[in-house]
Amino acid sequence: MASKLKVNPTRMELRRLKDRKKTAVRGHKLLKDKSDEMIRQFLGYAKENMRLRLEVEQELSNALAEFMLAKSVSQDGVIWEALSMPAIGMELEIGTKNIMSVNVPSIGIKKSESTSLYPYSFASVTSELDKSISTISVLAEKLIKLAEVEKTCNMLATEIEKNRRRVNALEYIMIPQTEEAIHDITMKLDENERGNIVRLMKVKTMLANRE
Amino acid sequence: MRKEKIAVLGDSDITLAFKAIGMDVYNANSVGEASEKLRILARNYSVIFITEDLAVQIEEQIAKYRNRTYPAIIPIPSSNGTTGYGVQNIKKDVEKAVGTDILFKD
Repeated sequence: MASKLKVNPTRMELRRLKDRKKTAVRGHKLLKDKSDEMIRQFLGYAKENMRLRLEVEQELSNALAEFMLAKSVSQDGVIWEALSMPAIGMELEIGTKNIMSVNVPSIGIKKSESTSLYPYSFASVTSELDKSISTISVLAEKLIKLAEVEKTCNMLATEIEKNRRRVNALEYIMIPQTEEAIHDITMKLDENERGNIVRLMKVKTMLANRE
Repeated sequence: MRKEKIAVLGDSDITLAFKAIGMDVYNANSVGEASEKLRILARNYSVIFITEDLAVQIEEQIAKYRNRTYPAIIPIPSSNGTTGYGVQNIKKDVEKAVGTDILFKD
């Protein structure tokens, strides 16, 4: 259980605590709503992430296996020579997107202008290589999309966890503590009040008896 | 300034394939080398693809970049197929966010 707040039993303190509790309750509600919405969005992204990842892994594994095959049927050095000066450069358009005040990346692709995807002459290499290169180049777009979605998922997951801690801290520590302090002060003030009344009554009877 | 480009970090067998489509590739054959290169790449690139086998070994280092918007460090299968590391990570995320894996339970 939360430890007790130490406060002076004064009216001023009571007012301050009441305001504080109001803020805490309101904050708690807001954060809880935020948490719900973030989880809703996160689940969508997580599903998308899983779908993309499975697709990409499957296709990329195949493409790479094809590539290895193409590499093994050619002479050493030939492939290296053919591919080491790529004909296209891949540039990205990077930005940020705001999802529930989490800044997540948004990544687009801008392929540079080029006449051909293949940086080599067709005479020197096998057709398997052409095929695997074109598969991988189609895959690139999916890879970028995966990068974007996966990063978004990572960041949202961390943020949701952080937010949950805040909600719990408010719900189980801050609000009960403040409520208890308010209760204590009210009791103390009431007690003082009663003490006062009793004292007055006593004095009144003393005065009445003297006459 | 961060480059608007993609880097691929992995063994020389597969990086060549990515080089052909215009990504910048870096070879790493040992853990130390991979970790050193990733440190430099993380400063300069927005998207970094790293092969699963390397990613597993330098997991802690990758975790440091998790909460930044860029770079996005994404594991990809290596030439001998996927190990399920990437899928595992998604499940971990769901567990972290929701408390239990409610989406992909088998």
